[in-house]
Amino acid sequence: MSTLTWEWPGVHAAPGETSGEVSIEYSQPSESLKIFGFWLFLATDMLLFACLFATYVLLHTHTAGGPTARTLFDVPGFVAETFILLTSSFTSGIATYEMRRQRAGSVALWLVITMLLGMAFVGLEAKEFVDYVQMGATMSRSAFLSAFFTLVGTHGSHVSLGICWMAAVLIQVLRQGIHPQTARKVFNVSIYWHFLDVVWVFIFTVVYLTGVVM
Amino acid sequence: MWEAIRQFGDTYLMWKEGPLIWASDVLILLTIAGIVAVLTYFKKWKWLWDEWLTTVDHKKIGIMYLICALLMFFRGGVDALLMRTQLALPNNHFLDAEHYDQIFTTHGTIMILFMAMPFIFALFNIAVPLQIGARDVAFPYLNAISFWLFFFGALLFNISFVFGGSPDAGWTSYPPLTELGFDKGPGENYYLVSLLISGIGTIGTGINFIATILKMRAPGMTMMKMPLFSWAVLASSIVILTVFPALNVALALLLIDRLFGAHFFTIQAGGNPMMFINLFWVWGHPEVYIVVLVAFGVYSEVVATFSRKEIFGYKSMVASLMAITIVGDLTWVHHFFTMGAGPDVNSFFAVSTMAVGIPTGVKMFNWLFTMYRGRIRLTLPMLWTLAFIVCFAFAGATGVMLAAAPADYQYHNSYFLVAHFHQALIGGVVFGMLAGMYYWWPKMFGFKLDERLGRWAFWLFNLGFYVCFVPQYALGFMGMQRRMYTYPAVFGWGPLNFISTVGAYIMGLGFLFIVAQVLYSIKYGERDVTGDIWDGRTLEWSLPSPVPHYNFAVIPYVTHRDMWWELKEQGRTQELRPRPEDIRPIHMPNNSGRPFLLGVCFFVAGLGFVFAWWLLAVLGLLGVGACLLARSFETHDEHDVPAEEIRRYEAQLGRL
Amino acid sequence: MGQREMRRRVTRVGVIAVAAALLLSGCSPQYMVLNPVGPVGKKELDLILLSTVLIMMVILPVLALLFYIVWRYRDKPGNKAPYQPRWSENKVLEVIWWGIPIVVVAILGTATVKTTYALVKPPETNVKPLTVEVVSLDWKWLFLYPDQGVATVNYCEIPTGVPVQFELTSDAPMNSFWVPQLGGQEYTMPGMAMRLWLQADKPGTYYGHGANFTGEGFAHDEFRVVAVDETKFNDWVTHVKQTAPALTKAGYAQLKRPSIMGTASYKSFPPGLFNDTVWADGGQYMPGMLNDVPGGAPKHGMQDTSSMSSRMAQEAHMSS
Repeated sequence: MSTLTWEWPGVHAAPGETSGEVSIEYSQPSESLKIFGFWLFLATDMLLFACLFATYVLLHTHTAGGPTARTLFDVPGFVAETFILLTSSFTSGIATYEMRRQRAGSVALWLVITMLLGMAFVGLEAKEFVDYVQMGATMSRSAFLSAFFTLVGTHGSHVSLGICWMAAVLIQVLRQGIHPQTARKVFNVSIYWHFLDVVWVFIFTVVYLTGVVM
Repeated sequence: MWEAIRQFGDTYLMWKEGPLIWASDVLILLTIAGIVAVLTYFKKWKWLWDEWLTTVDHKKIGIMYLICALLMFFRGGVDALLMRTQLALPNNHFLDAEHYDQIFTTHGTIMILFMAMPFIFALFNIAVPLQIGARDVAFPYLNAISFWLFFFGALLFNISFVFGGSPDAGWTSYPPLTELGFDKGPGENYYLVSLLISGIGTIGTGINFIATILKMRAPGMTMMKMPLFSWAVLASSIVILTVFPALNVALALLLIDRLFGAHFFTIQAGGNPMMFINLFWVWGHPEVYIVVLVAFGVYSEVVATFSRKEIFGYKSMVASLMAITIVGDLTWVHHFFTMGAGPDVNSFFAVSTMAVGIPTGVKMFNWLFTMYRGRIRLTLPMLWTLAFIVCFAFAGATGVMLAAAPADYQYHNSYFLVAHFHQALIGGVVFGMLAGMYYWWPKMFGFKLDERLGRWAFWLFNLGFYVCFVPQYALGFMGMQRRMYTYPAVFGWGPLNFISTVGAYIMGLGFLFIVAQVLYSIKYGERDVTGDIWDGRTLEWSLPSPVPHYNFAVIPYVTHRDMWWELKEQGRTQELRPRPEDIRPIHMPNNSGRPFLLGVCFFVAGLGFVFAWWLLAVLGLLGVGACLLARSFETHDEHDVPAEEIRRYEAQLGRL
Repeated sequence: MGQREMRRRVTRVGVIAVAAALLLSGCSPQYMVLNPVGPVGKKELDLILLSTVLIMMVILPVLALLFYIVWRYRDKPGNKAPYQPRWSENKVLEVIWWGIPIVVVAILGTATVKTTYALVKPPETNVKPLTVEVVSLDWKWLFLYPDQGVATVNYCEIPTGVPVQFELTSDAPMNSFWVPQLGGQEYTMPGMAMRLWLQADKPGTYYGHGANFTGEGFAHDEFRVVAVDETKFNDWVTHVKQTAPALTKAGYAQLKRPSIMGTASYKSFPPGLFNDTVWADGGQYMPGMLNDVPGGAPKHGMQDTSSMSSRMAQEAHMSS
């Protein structure tokens, strides 16, 4: 129904038409509607993380005699994860920028770089989890660890899904070039990526930094 | 081989459990056989797939929601009658504790999540796009996904009774009772997984209707010209968006506890059951507003239409909807005043709960004064609305009484509470949904539901309601707790329980009259030839009944709040008739079988999670992923309806 | 008046009559909540009555108005009542009905807050209170008397006129401790020690029951509170000390197993049983939870993992 709206007297842009002031991903009402819907989705996702954060904050001292945050967390590891993810947010931003300049090849390149960084992040996180488990710090060891693995793991699986989605968008950009639909997809996957970055900043502060300091 | 079958039968099909299970098995098999036979005999399989299973049309999705809601109403109602039969006499053993526990759990869960929710979604879908002058919702494909996730979630929940056992820890499912240590069976997993699946769909609906209402209104329809039902849907959708994530998190964490040995809510290794209770009620209380706000929206439409008068205090009505939306999110602790939160916390939540009564009271007065100096027609929708005002006045009254925290120490978990929330949810929500169903039925199907049978249903249901629930208030004062499967004779609870059971059966009879009414009216109901059978006020009544699949041949330009009424008053209704030269091709979304398949995949994965059959779970989730990817690569999901075809169709309807 | 209207009215009047009859019959002692025998229950009843009266003062006129309006403005040919389809705003009226509920909420809110704070204090300050520790189990109630050293199951003996501080916890799924004639309930929750003041002014045997669903045996989760005068209470303590067996740790483990049973008395119980139970079920993570409990936090180490795993095994065993 991408064009359910464009016949309305109040809404002017016709399909395929891009006006000078509006960037390409917003150029069709149907696409800007989808971006709006995606923001609403991000709001619910944010609330989901808020609940997980609340649970973690409540349970983070409930270690049941098992490892505590301080004994467990490996500072170089999570600092590296943080830098990688922050960098990937920047590169996905460049992809959006290039998308607005209609440069499909460049968009693809920056998306690939973002995905590689994302995979590096997920890989590091997986290694971190495996290390913890080998130390006996499993999810069923204590409430603290249940909350830790669930919060950080939910973020990690969001990043993994983001990578898959980005791959799908990448293929479409390569095949079809930049037009309002693919532009909207690049834009949505990019704000999703930024969102995960913001969540990570909170995880970094609330989980890791507080964990090693307190 | 035979041994393996027998073992499977005992473990999963529970053939040892006796006649209740056998009867259910037989009923289910007969129903399935009947449906298959009818579809095959009339060669309707293709029709079913093309017209319904793959549809993305909001009107058809609305009708499917409605059918499911009525079926679930029946199932939940049968649960209720089984419970009331068991409680009719002291020391009764019609049901044993195990079955009674399962039945009150499924009754509560089904009535809230698989009856009330689809019922409001039915009305969302049927009315909103038509009221705001849109051709469909913002995301029709997502709308279909939401429906199928609901459908397969509900299916998963319902098969539990005959496949592995139903949940039996109450619809609130408090840990640690629901943790593995105390509750091993798959029933609790059924509860968690099926609610999660339908919960994801519900968030989709919330997003969809916020986007629809904010972005798809016909030109000229400013927010303050929008019909109050659409306002109510907006309010309800906002609440859905804010609180359903909390439910999903609560369910997911408990599921992780049960499946992967985590300790969120256990009483070992530092788990904290209180956290579940907080997360649950952060959703659970606003959930009441999610459903009741929609009912309020229905009442606002019905009262104005059948008083032939503008709604009184439109701005107050909008303000009070929004006030309830916000304050309603800040009252959840009143569900556990008795859990030692301390006087500061209890005082805050007691007052915030009472404060919800303020905007609600304002709405009551506004409805009254809408009728004042009007011309009141006692049609079925109006009757249910009047019954609501009476019933909900008492529900609100007992609600404010319950909000007084120290008094709640005496009401909590007693039959007083049971009576209160049934009064709020039946008197508030069910009456509203029925009013809405009667009101928009002609719009959906092109004929009216029979008034005479409807009145029988109305009076029986109302009479039954009071006979059933007024004694329960008294039982609360007599110290009877909820969820007891049986009780001794010494406390004198017997007679009132008996009366209550009689009332429940009268309500059941009322429901049968509704069924009879629907069946009778399909054949003999008054046909709606004008599209405006109630002398309506809003845009949907300017359309023919049933509405063409593209809704509006030409999108209207809205200049007034009650646009259709205003044009009728001024004799300008012709302006909402399409002129041939204005008709242009319409883009409509394509049907798709994928939402249905996605639902099936979720169902398969869900079954895998329930029984920890991991292969099945992984297969299901892979299917989900495949559906999502396929959607991502879909480029043409819409088609043009040629202008000529629309002209021909409109001419056929006599509108050109 | 239309015939339908008449029928409707008759029904409503009938309903109100039934309701009134039910309320009036509240004088009979079967209505436990309406016949409290202690100061806590009486305070709660006062609030119940106040809220009922206030709220009825609003809704009864509203309902009267409803019936009047529906009758007066019914759509009947020849109805001479004014018809003003566009009359939809009146500032004064709207201010009035935003005002009415605000006033009601203000009055009731004030009364509620006052009572809420009053109920966390002992109902009687001149008398030395009695402490009873309550542990809800599947599906029975264990009462421990730390000062007297005795313990009971499914009945609780208390002296009249003495405020009783119930310390509540659960060593099973959460439950709720409710003795309607003495006063409102409070949950028993694993890992938490909750407090509830109650007091009986008249001797008698009062019905008590777990009020929160705990599974299969819930319907039989009943106990009695027996209120007697102080001398008789002391006699009872002496009697139990002389005749009853001791509750041992093994005996407690036996009690913990899900079962339904009658009453029992014990002349002694393992010291610190209540606190140890709260501690092990999660109380260790709730700073302050145990400080007010007589005896304070148990002495054993912060991390008692051995008892933890044995508890897990126990719980798994219990559920089978």
